Amino acid sequence: MRFVALLSILLFAGGLTPLPARDAWPTPPINLRTASEVSGPLTGGTADHHKFDELKGPFASGPEVTQACLGCHTEAGQQFMSNIHWTWSFRDPRTGQQLGKRYLVNNFCTNARGNEGMCAQCHAGYGWKDETFDFTDERNIDCLVCHESTGTYYKTPNSAGHSACSVMFAGKPPIDLAAVAQSVGLPRRANCGTCHFNGGGGDNVKHGDLSSALRAPPRTLDVHMGVDGANFACTACHLTKRHLWAGSRYHIVSKDTTGTGKPGLRSDVATCESCHGLAPHTVTSLARFKLNDHVKSIACQTCHIPEFARGGVATVIDWDWRTAGKTRNGEGYHEEGYIQGNGEHRYTYKSIKGNFVYAENLIPEYRWFDGQMVYTTIDTRFDPAAESIEINGFQGSRADPRARIWPFKRMHTWQPYDQGNGTLVYTHLWGEDSAAYWGNYDMAAAIARGMADFGLDYSGKYGFIQTLSWWPIAHMVAPKEQALACGDCHRPRDSRLSNVAGVYLPGRDHNRWLDIIGTLLAGGTLAGILVHGMIRFFAPTGGHH
Amino acid sequence: MAIHRVKIFTLFERFWHWSQMLLIIVLLLTGFGLHGFHSLFHFETAVTLHTGAALTLLLLWAFSVFWLFTTRTWRHFIPTLAGMWAVLRYYAYGIFKGERHPYRKAYWRKHNPLQALAYLMLKIVLFPVIWITGLAYLFYFTWRDLPHAPRVLQVIAEWHTAAAFMILSFIFIHVYMLTTGHSFRDHLMPMITGFDEVELTPEEEAYLRKDQPEDIR
Repeated sequence: MRFVALLSILLFAGGLTPLPARDAWPTPPINLRTASEVSGPLTGGTADHHKFDELKGPFASGPEVTQACLGCHTEAGQQFMSNIHWTWSFRDPRTGQQLGKRYLVNNFCTNARGNEGMCAQCHAGYGWKDETFDFTDERNIDCLVCHESTGTYYKTPNSAGHSACSVMFAGKPPIDLAAVAQSVGLPRRANCGTCHFNGGGGDNVKHGDLSSALRAPPRTLDVHMGVDGANFACTACHLTKRHLWAGSRYHIVSKDTTGTGKPGLRSDVATCESCHGLAPHTVTSLARFKLNDHVKSIACQTCHIPEFARGGVATVIDWDWRTAGKTRNGEGYHEEGYIQGNGEHRYTYKSIKGNFVYAENLIPEYRWFDGQMVYTTIDTRFDPAAESIEINGFQGSRADPRARIWPFKRMHTWQPYDQGNGTLVYTHLWGEDSAAYWGNYDMAAAIARGMADFGLDYSGKYGFIQTLSWWPIAHMVAPKEQALACGDCHRPRDSRLSNVAGVYLPGRDHNRWLDIIGTLLAGGTLAGILVHGMIRFFAPTGGHH
Repeated sequence: MAIHRVKIFTLFERFWHWSQMLLIIVLLLTGFGLHGFHSLFHFETAVTLHTGAALTLLLLWAFSVFWLFTTRTWRHFIPTLAGMWAVLRYYAYGIFKGERHPYRKAYWRKHNPLQALAYLMLKIVLFPVIWITGLAYLFYFTWRDLPHAPRVLQVIAEWHTAAAFMILSFIFIHVYMLTTGHSFRDHLMPMITGFDEVELTPEEEAYLRKDQPEDIR
C-alpha cells in the first residue's frame, strides 16, 4: 500500500518535477541491437523456425542442418550453387578474364588458391580444403553462416594447417547446432560481416569501408545501416532474388542511368540511384540544382562518404611481405604497434605476413572510373623490372559517358612475384607439409610448391614487387549534413579533386597568365591612379582641381 | 548661353546606375571569391549570390536597353572625336596645371567624348563579353555532353575572368574620375539628385521653362 501511495505521489509530482528519462520506466527500453534490421522487400516473414520439428536436432554436423533446411526449401540449394559465394568464380563477360577468389591473386594474403584449408573458412560451404571439393553436392552448402542469428556460430579452417597456426583456433566452445538452426532468419549485417568485415585477414583490413563497426553503427557512421537511422541490413540494398543478390565488385555500375525504374524498387542493382533516383537532391535552391547536375560526373559516394575507415576500426593501407619470416628462437611472433579508435591494439608485424601500416578516417583517392576493372591475374605477364603493377587497374575519363569520379581506397603492398617470368605467384601458405610458409617461413619453397601444385610456369627465381589495388568505396555513407561541401573540391589549394584531370573545375583551376596579367592590369590601374593623384596634389599650380 | 541647374539623370537612370553598381560589386566580390582569390564566402553561398546578382543585372539591363531606345537617350553614347583631343590633353597635362575641364555638359550631350567612348565600350564590348560567357557558364548543364565541353568551358571561364579584371579596372578609373574637376561631391550629387550644371541655349531654356518646368531650377 505504501508503495502504491508513494508511486501516486511520484506520478502527481511528475507534473511538477522533471520526468526521469523514458527508459527508466517499467517498460524495458527498446534494445536497438536486437531490433530487426530492414532486409528489403522480404522483411517480415511467415514462419517461426523455433516451431519446426525438423530443426529440433540433435545435429552432429553442419551438413545435417543443411539437409534439414533443404527438406523444406527445396530449390534453395540449386539456387545458391550458382552464387559467387559458392563458386568463388566469375568470368567477366566484358573482358573474358577468369576472376573470383578461387583464381585471383590479391595484395593482402595474396592467394586463396592452394590455401583453401584456411581461406575457405569464408566459403559458404563445408569442407573445401583442396581441389577435391565437390561443388555439385548441395549438402555442402553452409546455410547457417548467413542465416543464423544467435551469434554463437563460427567456422574454423577446413584443414589442420601447421601446428604454429592451428593453435589459434583451438579451445573454442562447441556449437549447439539445434539452437543455431532454430534461430535462422534473413541475413543481418553481422552475418555478412562474418566474412566481409574481415577480408584480408582481419577487421576492416581489406575494404576500409566494411568493418565490425557496422554491426551496430550509429547513423553518423552509416546513415542507412545506423541502428538509430534506417537500420538496413546489407540485403536492403544488395537485393536478393532466387539467392542471387545485386552488387558486385567484379561487375560495377559506375553510372546508373536507369534510376528507380518503375514501379517501385529495382532488384538488379545495388546502386544509390536505384532508390534515390537520377535527380536525388530535391531542388530547393540553385546549389541543389547544380548538385543534380554533378551526378553526371560525380559518383554519389564521392561527396557522401567524406572519409572511410571510420567508427574506430582501422584499415591496412600498406603491407610489406619482404619482412615476413623473422623468427625468435625459431618461432614466429607478432608485434602490436597500433591502437585504433575503439581502443583495440592491432598487429603491425607478423612473422607469417610481414609489416602492416594502418590508417583511420581516411580521405579516399579520387579517380575517373568507368566501372570496368582489369585484373593482373596469375596468367598475366608483365615487365619484371616494372616499378609497380596494378592488381586491378581501371580506366575512365570525362569523355567516357559511363565514367564518373569515384572514391577509392588505394592499397600498396610489396609482395612476392616471379622475377624470371614477370608474373604474380601462388604462394603455398597453409598446409601441414614442410613447404607451407606459415610455420616453416621458407618463401622459396612455398612459391615453388604453390606454383607446381597448379602446373604453373615458374622461373624458380622470386623477388618482391610493389603492387597496388583499388577498392571503390561505397559504404560508411555519412548523414547528409556531413557530406562534402562545394568548397571541398572548388578551392585553389588542397582540393579533394586536385589530381582529377579532364574537367575545368571553377575555384580549383586557373589560367596562371590570365591571373598575373589581370592582377597587373587592376593593380597597374590603381598605381596609375595613385601617381596621377600624387602629381595633381603636389603640382605647384594644381591644388585639388 | 547660360549655365542652369537642369535635371539630366531621370529617376530611372539613377535607379539603374546605383542598383547596377550594387550588383556589380556583389558580382566582383563573389566572382573573385569563386575564382579562389579570397574566401570571404562559402563556395555555395558565393555561387548563389553570384548567379542571383547576375540574373538580376541582366533583367535590369533588359529594362535599360528598352529605356535607352524608347527615350532616344542612346544618342548620348554615339562616339565622336570632336573635342576628344582637348579632354585627353587635359587629363594628361592640363589637370596638373589647374586648368579648367575643357568640356561643357550640353543638354543633348551629358558626357564628354572620352566618357561617351568609355561607356559605349563598356556597354557594347565588356558587358556583352561578361554576360554572354556568364550565361554559357551558367547553362553548362545543357551542353556539358557536347564533345570537348570541359575545354570550351575553360575558354569561356577565361574570357569571363578577363572581362571581370577589366571591369574592375574600369571601376577604379570611374571612381577616381569623380575626384577630378570640381570636387568628388559635385560629381556624385547629379547621380543622386539628378540635377547638374548645364549650359543651355536660349531655345533649350525656353523649351524647358515652358514644357518641363520641374526639370530646370
